[in-house]
Amino acid sequence: MRILIIEDDTDTAAYVSKGLCENGYRVDVANNGREGLVQAIGEDYDLAIVDRMLPELDGLSIVETLRKADRDTPIIFLSALGGVNDRVKGLRSGGDDYLVKPFAFSELLARVEALLRRPATRVVETNLRVADLEMDLLARQVIRAGQTIELQPREFRLLEYLMRNAGRVVTRTMLLENVWDYHFDPQTNVIDVHISRLRQKIDKDFEQTLLHTVRGAGYSLREPG
Amino acid sequence: MSPVPRTDSSATFYNRRLFHSRIFRLTVIYLCLFTASVLGLLGFIYWSATESVTRQIDSTINAEITGLAEQFNQRGLIGLVQAIERRAGKAGTSRGLYILADESFEPIAGNLSRWPDEAPDTEGWVTFRLEYPDDSGGSTNFGRARIFDLGQRFHLMVGHDIEERSRIAASIRGTLIWSVVIAIGVSLIGGILMSRSLLSQIDTINETSREIMAGDLTRRIPIGKHGDEIDEVASNLNAMLDQIERLLAGMSQISDNIAHDLRTPISRLRTGLESALIGRADPEDYRDAISGAIEEADNILKTFNALLSIAQAEAGATEAQFEYVDLKALLRDVGELYEPLADEQGIQLKLELGANSSLKGDRNLLFQAVANLTDNALKFSTTDSCVTLTLRDEVQDEGISQHAEIIVTDQGPGIPAGDRDRVLERFHRLEASRSTPGNGLGLSLVSAVAKLHGGALRLEDNAPGLRATLSLPFS
Repeated sequence: MRILIIEDDTDTAAYVSKGLCENGYRVDVANNGREGLVQAIGEDYDLAIVDRMLPELDGLSIVETLRKADRDTPIIFLSALGGVNDRVKGLRSGGDDYLVKPFAFSELLARVEALLRRPATRVVETNLRVADLEMDLLARQVIRAGQTIELQPREFRLLEYLMRNAGRVVTRTMLLENVWDYHFDPQTNVIDVHISRLRQKIDKDFEQTLLHTVRGAGYSLREPG
Repeated sequence: MSPVPRTDSSATFYNRRLFHSRIFRLTVIYLCLFTASVLGLLGFIYWSATESVTRQIDSTINAEITGLAEQFNQRGLIGLVQAIERRAGKAGTSRGLYILADESFEPIAGNLSRWPDEAPDTEGWVTFRLEYPDDSGGSTNFGRARIFDLGQRFHLMVGHDIEERSRIAASIRGTLIWSVVIAIGVSLIGGILMSRSLLSQIDTINETSREIMAGDLTRRIPIGKHGDEIDEVASNLNAMLDQIERLLAGMSQISDNIAHDLRTPISRLRTGLESALIGRADPEDYRDAISGAIEEADNILKTFNALLSIAQAEAGATEAQFEYVDLKALLRDVGELYEPLADEQGIQLKLELGANSSLKGDRNLLFQAVANLTDNALKFSTTDSCVTLTLRDEVQDEGISQHAEIIVTDQGPGIPAGDRDRVLERFHRLEASRSTPGNGLGLSLVSAVAKLHGGALRLEDNAPGLRATLSLPFS
C-alpha cells in the first residue's frame, strides 16, 4: 500500500512516515503543495494525507484539483484548524476524513486503515463474521458459537462498527463519530463503559476474548491467535 | 478676531483650535443667519414706516389742494389768496408749504420765497430743497409738494416739510446698525465662551484617553453634574472602559489559570519522562512511563480542545453551521450514552422528555453541553441517588412557547449560592472538587454554548443537589 504525505513541517512528516513505514506502508513525502499535487496526480497512491496549510498551494485546492481530475484516492486532512466550519470545508472539498493537530499517531493510523479498506465495504454485506462471532445485518441478530446474544440497538451498532473494522484499532473519537454520530469530547470514560458492557455480552461466557483494549489508542475486535 | 501671533505657541495653538472648533463654526453660521434675519426684519420696518409717513403726508396735501381748489371755485382768487395766507401763517407749527404763482411762476401768495426749480413727475409731485432763513433755525430740509394748475393762469403748489420722515428713517437706520453690531458682538463672545467650555470638556476626555492608552486602565473621565450629552458620552465611555478592564482582568485570570492547569500536567509529564530516563533500563518500566506520558498528553490536549471549543462558541464562529436540532432525540442520545456509566455508579438516570422541541443550533455543541451537565451531575452524585434530564417548553405570552428548557438535576452536594456565578468562569473549580477529575471547563463551555444560541445557563438549588437549567430560545 502506498501513501503520500503532503506536509511542510518536516518533523510531523518524518513522525507520520516513520509510523506508517513501521506498519508496513510505503510512504512518499512532499514538502509543498505544488510538488504534492504533481506527485498525487502523476503516481498512483492508495491514500494521501494532506496538511491544510501548505506553502505554494493549500491543501483544499490540492484536493479540489484532484477530485476534478477524477482521482478518488482517499484523503485525510491534517490541520491545526479545528473548528466545525473548517472540518465541513475540508470534507466538502472532497476529503474523506479530517484530523485536527495535535493528534495521536494511533488515531491517524486507525483512520488510515479504516479508509483503506472502505472500498470493500461498499459491497452490500448482510453477514459479518469474526471468529465464531456472527452478525446478521438483515435479521439484526448476533450469534456466538451458536448462542444468540441479545443486544440493545446502540450495542448492535457499536459491535457492527467494530466488526466492520475487525483486526484494526478503533479510537474512542471514531466510535463517537460513527456509532453515536456526534463530534464531541467526552469528559469521562463514557465509551469505556459501553465497551465493557458489550464485552460482558459477547466475551464473558466464552473462552477466547475477541474485544481488546489497546492502551493509549482505543479498541480492537480481532480473531484470537 | 483673528488669532494674534504670540510667542507663546501653546496659546496660539489653543486659539487656532478654538476657531477651528465645531461649536465656533456653528456659532458663526448661526450668527450670519441671525444677522440676515435681523437686517431683513428691520429693513421691512424701515420701509413700511417711511412709506406710511409718506402716504400720510400725501393724503394731507391732497386734502388741502381739494380744499383750496374749492375756495378758488367759490370765492375766486381773493378767497384763495386769503385762505393760503391764513394757512401759511400757521405753517410755522404745521410745517405746511404753500405757494401760489402766476403763469410766469412769479409768487403771488404763500410762505415760499420762490417757485422751486425741480421738475414735477407726471402726477405733479415734486421733492425739493428747502432753505430756512437764519432767524428760524437756518437749516436745510426737504419738502414734498404737489403742483396744481388753476385754469391756465395760476399755479398752486401745496407741500410739506418732510424733515419728520427723514428723522424717523434715520432713527430706524441707527437702531438697525446698532442691533446688528450688538448681535454680532454678543454672539461672537458667546460662541467663544461656549466653544471654550466644550473644548475644555473634550480636552478632559482626550487627556483621559491618552492616559489610558499610556497604560493606566484605572483612569476614568470625570462626569459633570448637568447630565448633558457630553456627560452621557463620558459615562458611556466609562462604562466601556469598565467592560474592557473587566475583560482584561478576566483574560489575565484565564492565563493564570491556563498557566496553572496546563503547567501542572505538563510538568508531571516532564517529570515522568525524566525519571524514566534516569531510572534503570527496564523495557517494562519504559513502557509504563511512556503510556503514562501519553495519557498525560491526552489530558492536556483535552483541556486545550475544551478551551478552543469555548473560544469558538463565544466567537459565534459556528453560527453559519446551524441546523434544526431535535432536542428530544438529542437528550435521548445523551441519556443512552451515559446510562451505562450511571448504572455502573449505582445512580439512576431518569429522562423526562415532555416536549417535542426542535430549534436551530449547533448539534454537536448542544450535545457537548448536555453531556457536560450530565457528566457533572454523575460525577458529584452518590450511590443510590438520582440524576434527571428534563426537556420542556417554557410557555409564555399567549401560549407561544418561547424557550426550550433542558434541566439536569442531581442530589449531590450542590453548589453554594455564592459560588454559582464563579463556577461558570473558565477553570474555576470549587476547592471541594479539586480532587475529582475534570479540567474546570465543563460549565464554562455549557455557558458559552448557551450564549451562542441566545440562551442562558441557570444554576439553582435542587434541595439537595444542583439544578442546572439550559434555557434556549426558539428564534
